[in-house]
Amino acid sequence: MIVYILRRIGQSLVALAAMAILVFIGVYAIGNPVDILINPEANQAEIAATTARLGLDKPLWEQFARFVAHLFQGDLGTSFVYGRPATEIILQRLPATMELALTALVLSLVIGVPLGVYAGLKPDSIGGRSVMAASILGFSLPNFWQGLLMILIFAVLLGWLPAGGRGETVELLGIRVSFLTVDGLRHMILPALNLALFKMSLVIRLTRANTREVCLQEYIKFARAKGLSSTRIVLVHILKNIMIPVVTILGLELGSMIAFAIVTETVFAWPGMGKLLIDSINLLDRPVIVAYLMLTVVIIVTINLIVDLLYSALDPRVRLSQVKS
Amino acid sequence: MSDDAFISGLAPIAAAKPVSIDTPLRRIVRGFFEDRLAVFGLAIFIAIVLVAIFAPLIAPQNPYDLAQLDVLDGGLPPGSASMSGGGIYYLGTDEQGRDMLSAILYGLRISLLVATVSLAFAIVIGVTAGTTAAYFGGKVDSLIMRVVDLQLSFPAILIALILLALWGRGVDKVIIALVIVQWAYYARTVRSSAIVEARKDYIEAAHCLALSHSRIMFHHLLPNCLPPLIVVATVQIAQAIALEATLSFLGAGVPITEPSLGLLIANGYNYLLSGRYWVSLFPGVALVVTIVAINLVGDRLRDVFNPRLQK
Amino acid sequence: MTALLSIKDLRTYFFTDDGVVKAVDGVSFSLARGQILGLVGESGSGKSVTGFSLLGLVDPPGRVVGGSIRFDGKDLLTGGEPALRALRGKRIAMIFQDPMMTLNPVLRIDTQMIETVLAHDNVSRTEALKRARDALVMVGISSPDERLQSYPHQFSGGMRQRVAIAIAMLHKPDLIIADEPTTALDVTIQAQILAEVQKLCAETGTALIWITHDLAIVSGLADRLAVMYAGRVVEEGETARVIERPLHPYTKGLIASVPQGKTRGARLQQISGMPPSLRNLPKGCAFRPRCSRADEACLEEPALEEKLPDRKTRCFHPWSLDDARDTRRQAPSKDGMAETTT
Ligand SMILES: Nc1ncnc2c1ncn2[C@@H]1O[C@H](COP(=O)(O)OP(=O)(O)OP(=O)(O)O)[C@@H](O)[C@H]1O
Ligand code: SF4
Ligand SMILES: [Mg+2]
Repeated sequence: MIVYILRRIGQSLVALAAMAILVFIGVYAIGNPVDILINPEANQAEIAATTARLGLDKPLWEQFARFVAHLFQGDLGTSFVYGRPATEIILQRLPATMELALTALVLSLVIGVPLGVYAGLKPDSIGGRSVMAASILGFSLPNFWQGLLMILIFAVLLGWLPAGGRGETVELLGIRVSFLTVDGLRHMILPALNLALFKMSLVIRLTRANTREVCLQEYIKFARAKGLSSTRIVLVHILKNIMIPVVTILGLELGSMIAFAIVTETVFAWPGMGKLLIDSINLLDRPVIVAYLMLTVVIIVTINLIVDLLYSALDPRVRLSQVKS
Repeated sequence: MSDDAFISGLAPIAAAKPVSIDTPLRRIVRGFFEDRLAVFGLAIFIAIVLVAIFAPLIAPQNPYDLAQLDVLDGGLPPGSASMSGGGIYYLGTDEQGRDMLSAILYGLRISLLVATVSLAFAIVIGVTAGTTAAYFGGKVDSLIMRVVDLQLSFPAILIALILLALWGRGVDKVIIALVIVQWAYYARTVRSSAIVEARKDYIEAAHCLALSHSRIMFHHLLPNCLPPLIVVATVQIAQAIALEATLSFLGAGVPITEPSLGLLIANGYNYLLSGRYWVSLFPGVALVVTIVAINLVGDRLRDVFNPRLQK
Repeated sequence: MTALLSIKDLRTYFFTDDGVVKAVDGVSFSLARGQILGLVGESGSGKSVTGFSLLGLVDPPGRVVGGSIRFDGKDLLTGGEPALRALRGKRIAMIFQDPMMTLNPVLRIDTQMIETVLAHDNVSRTEALKRARDALVMVGISSPDERLQSYPHQFSGGMRQRVAIAIAMLHKPDLIIADEPTTALDVTIQAQILAEVQKLCAETGTALIWITHDLAIVSGLADRLAVMYAGRVVEEGETARVIERPLHPYTKGLIASVPQGKTRGARLQQISGMPPSLRNLPKGCAFRPRCSRADEACLEEPALEEKLPDRKTRCFHPWSLDDARDTRRQAPSKDGMAETTT
């Protein structure tokens, strides 16, 4: 087990290193770092000064060493637009994105799993078919388009919910959150649902497929032969078997939630780091873009690591095969 | 299934299983056409492709020829007649008096073009990488698959968006970005089925005949990996269309001069809150219909190709 | 002696897309308290489906379409699901063929045992745990406390089957249906398990239906035999008498194909021909295409009748009855029986 954990951590570090090298190559070796890292509006003297400060006149390997050193200090350059360190600006926006992504994750589980189990238990019923049809839609419709429809229906036509923004926030453990105020919640419903829909469809399909698979297993028949109630069979025997893969896959999807938050945040003007990224793209604020990329990579690699370790801790079968190997 | 069970038991295994006269292809095609929804999806998709190809002939106007636009007709709701008597705008017009129907037809062209070209390149690269990995195994395999895994652990949209953010907009750039984020899916798919095939006897036999590596790989290994490849390609083309639309919607995709459906939706987004829904809604409907049609086909293909689900 | 279980003309069909599969189509037998019945037949003859029908565990597209099952005086087919559930595991338990598949892989053994106790008896968890422990001891599992905390994959096949038997014995049921519980195991373990189950049933007075395709296994174990062919019981009676004087040609063939300890090296006879497809049964007697005694009469469907006292068979021309009369039929090996050597 320890060996496995160490090996898995090692893999994550390799992934991080690989991404760092790729980003370095993209920015310094292929692109012109002067373009990317120095404000286009700077004058000649400023350019020379920054070039010297960033060491862009030095050989490539030295630049790389410097890049790595800066990386460890969390220094990824200064925003052209805000004139502050890019990392700082992004970290400021991180809580809003995390709040949105986590809420969406919970929503997709809480709504998706029951629907998926239902559709898996009654695949031929009208209800089961409708759930599947809806999930195909949720799967097919591009995220931003679903968001637009939501705004059109719930904000423009019905006027029930606000079309954008984060609403009122309160401080919780030093972080500003929306979900504790009524206004914040009202603002959060649509974007969170929007971000959740795609994963919810995934959860529904996954749960349904797994439920059907598990239902055919002998141990379910044996559980019935023991005289267990169907409630217990569904809630314990089936659910426990499907939750492990579902939660694992969904955990791995948290990273893509953060990436997809870019879209949702843009559609709903949610002030998270995804919206910051798009704004930065439009303003050509490249240090922020690079910093966003590196930070997201770190987050995703960390999430994948944690989920993998949790998975192996949860599933007795995996646990055993590792002990053996 | 049950016939197999019968053969065991007490009876001597005398008769071999009757050889089916059906070729697998025939069975798959028949299986596909048994599902009316999938046939419907296929019909819609073919229609969309035709419409996109012949857009210049069908569209009432060339939406990007400024001379054909009439500013007086700007912002007309669906079904309005042109102020200057030039016909009816069935899907309304945008601010500049551009006929939305024509804009959608031209937009479809760009969306499909980007998706299919990137699909083709991604398949070529992915299939080559996947077969190579499966065929040679060992170090080659683990190197290629490491790269694939690394790439697949990051969301496609993130990679594509960052690439385009650094490169700038452009149809060619979008295509390259899509190829980069998609090849890995094909590589993984092809590898996993090729690895099963590579262990089979006929590949051994091919080795004994001293056929060249590439001949074995592409003439013997690859054809047997086609079913999963086709399924993944169908799913991926829908994904590519959606991804391109998203990138363009975010302002990092195709340039304004060559608007795809995603960019049309983005342009209309600004008018959504003021009630001019049609500028955004109809391109979106076109996008959604395309994607859903492809997915209907893909879903059915997955079922007919998967022997496990066959009764 | 009133029967504990009495099944009459049970019919269970599967309504599949490709037609109706009559998996069970005329099964009748009865069983007294504490008795052991061997339910024998080749693969696909409907033994498992018979067992599942008893417990109301036939899944769609399957359905019991006819017949009656009386258990301890009550009709199981009309009682409804709640009544059946109260019975399952409590008064009728079942053990399945493949021990690797019957235990839920993600639940610990104690969970799977305790829930069985609590499903029927309103006792504390501690009490339930104690009963689970006792049951494990009873089936010969050492260090039960440690075993209770394990997951199924930490057990060998034989151990898992013991656990399954322990679960079946938790409520000291009146009847256990054992569906080929030893086929997936090593021969030595098979014998152990067989002996243990026999002992347990004798001690607790539990009746047992032992499903198998292996006549050799049950002939030494069962009080009664019911032989199935193509979804029907074709012969039923006391084991010793059936083995000694089989009535149905199929039973006769089965017995001839069992290697006998004394006659090593002797020729073993196997029944020629293929088992029938349930979707497409021959007209009349289902065994007709493989039967050496078939004639025009067999184009009608034979009924299960008592040809000798307490000896039922489903055949127009049973063996043994007309042996004396018709010696011509005693040399069937040319056309009816294929011969193989062991
Ligand atoms: N779910 C089902 N759908 C369709 N047919 C089924 C189904 N379950 C069982 N059958 C059919 O019922 C017949 C009897 O099956 P059953 O499992 O009872 O055989 P068996 O005598 O137990 O054989 P074995 O020794 O292989 O276990 C088989 O021919 C099978 O095809
Ligand atoms: S009824 Fe006829 S065909 Fe059937 S077993 Fe008896 S003799 Fe053979
Ligand atoms: Mg069986």
